Amino acid sequence: MTPASLLDLGIGAVALALAAFAGAARSSFAAIVGFVALGLLLALAWLRLGAPDVALTEVAIGGGLTGLLLIGAERRLRARAMAEASDPVSTRVRVAAAVLSAGVAAGLAAAVLSLPIPAPTLGPAALRELPRTGLDNPVTAALIAFRAFDTLAEKVVLLLALVGVWSLAPDREWGGRPGQRYPLDADGVLAFLVRLLVPVGVVFGGYILWVSAGAPGGAFQGGAILATMWLAARMAGLTDAPRLCASRVRWALAAGPLVFFAAGLAGPLVAGGFLAWPVGFEKPVIVAIEIPLMLSIAAVLGLLLAGPAQRDGAR
Amino acid sequence: MSEFLLTVAALVVVTVAIGLLRVLRGPGDADRIMAVQLLGTGGIAALLLAGSATGEAGRVDVALILALLAAFASIAFTKAPSG
Amino acid sequence: MSGLLDLWTVVAVSGGAFFFLAGTVGLLRFPDVLTRLHALTKADNLGLGLVVLGLLPRAEGLQGAVKLLSVWLLVMLSGATVSQLIARVAGRESPPA
Repeated sequence: MTPASLLDLGIGAVALALAAFAGAARSSFAAIVGFVALGLLLALAWLRLGAPDVALTEVAIGGGLTGLLLIGAERRLRARAMAEASDPVSTRVRVAAAVLSAGVAAGLAAAVLSLPIPAPTLGPAALRELPRTGLDNPVTAALIAFRAFDTLAEKVVLLLALVGVWSLAPDREWGGRPGQRYPLDADGVLAFLVRLLVPVGVVFGGYILWVSAGAPGGAFQGGAILATMWLAARMAGLTDAPRLCASRVRWALAAGPLVFFAAGLAGPLVAGGFLAWPVGFEKPVIVAIEIPLMLSIAAVLGLLLAGPAQRDGAR
Repeated sequence: MSEFLLTVAALVVVTVAIGLLRVLRGPGDADRIMAVQLLGTGGIAALLLAGSATGEAGRVDVALILALLAAFASIAFTKAPSG
Repeated sequence: MSGLLDLWTVVAVSGGAFFFLAGTVGLLRFPDVLTRLHALTKADNLGLGLVVLGLLPRAEGLQGAVKLLSVWLLVMLSGATVSQLIARVAGRESPPA
């Protein structure tokens, strides 16, 4: 057995074990920790599979944001569970759920294993057209040039999800600040670490966007990193969430998709179709779109995690 | 050389796996939070070794982001009071 | 020269692997949370440092080398501070007698 396959086998085995642990753990906290650890390990798996862009996204979303989301959800559920009488799920329902999950997993496995080898893919066609986009990273080219419409639609979906989260706010708190205010211990360890790491993270987020033209990276990963930095600064008490009715919040959220959409509308005038980029100007146009896009993604992801408004309502 | 590096990477993964076995068992949440740290440090080492062995692009960037976000994930967990 | 660099890589990376192993042994054998935290933070960070030093000759230019070193610095910094926070969680759960 070659060292490479030994490594891959090891990663797969640990991933399965972590997944089993996350499913079977007694306490929700342990399960969440296991799940986040699994996400971090999967980044290694993605890299071994030759997908560094996905590895970056896995770490950014699965490592930072999903963990925070699950912890917040667990805390709210726990508070509610203490107020309501517990209603244990019957064994029959558990067995049915297990059978259903196993069925879905088996179906997915069958689908993947039945794919012809080599699997049908647009990869070679994308690589062939890559020089026309002025980019060197095929993933970025797919996201912003070949499939720009999908990317635009995704950003709108994110905004809709955010509006859905906001709608959970009680009426009198609408437009207020989401989440709690964390206490600040100015001389504490946490404040020190956050003060040092957040600037590093912000620079790194921008760097990940900038290199995405030719190396693994992208606006989404950069935005996710920026969102995590903002959430970290909140957790250390160094900043508070803004009021959701503030116009700067609304503009920050809308800027990315609006610029994208406007550039797309200019497409028919200069390049021949909606979301077509003018020949020879692709790189500057793409960069000009991706910067506000990254900021909007950061705002959406950060606010999605902050939750609905809870205090300082507008009414 | 790349065979050697991949072998060490596999070794690190095995070491991390054994450590995880112990640490996820608990008792107590502090133990479990250490799982994130363990996977962070070990994962980064395995990543750098495997990436150097095969010469993949962007591996050090993934290692950097892993370092940054494992730290923040741990912070988030320590901030979560559990019952 | 390249033979010497390869030797350096093998020696340093092996040392790193040894410290990772030592860290896990500590995790398995130490009796309580704080000592286990010690084993994890110190041994694993040192192991990573040695691995980084070993991979430096194979880095892509000066930028690659600087990136490798910053990974190590970042892990050391966050390891040192996060372990304090984890120790606090441990102290909350089982207050020292």
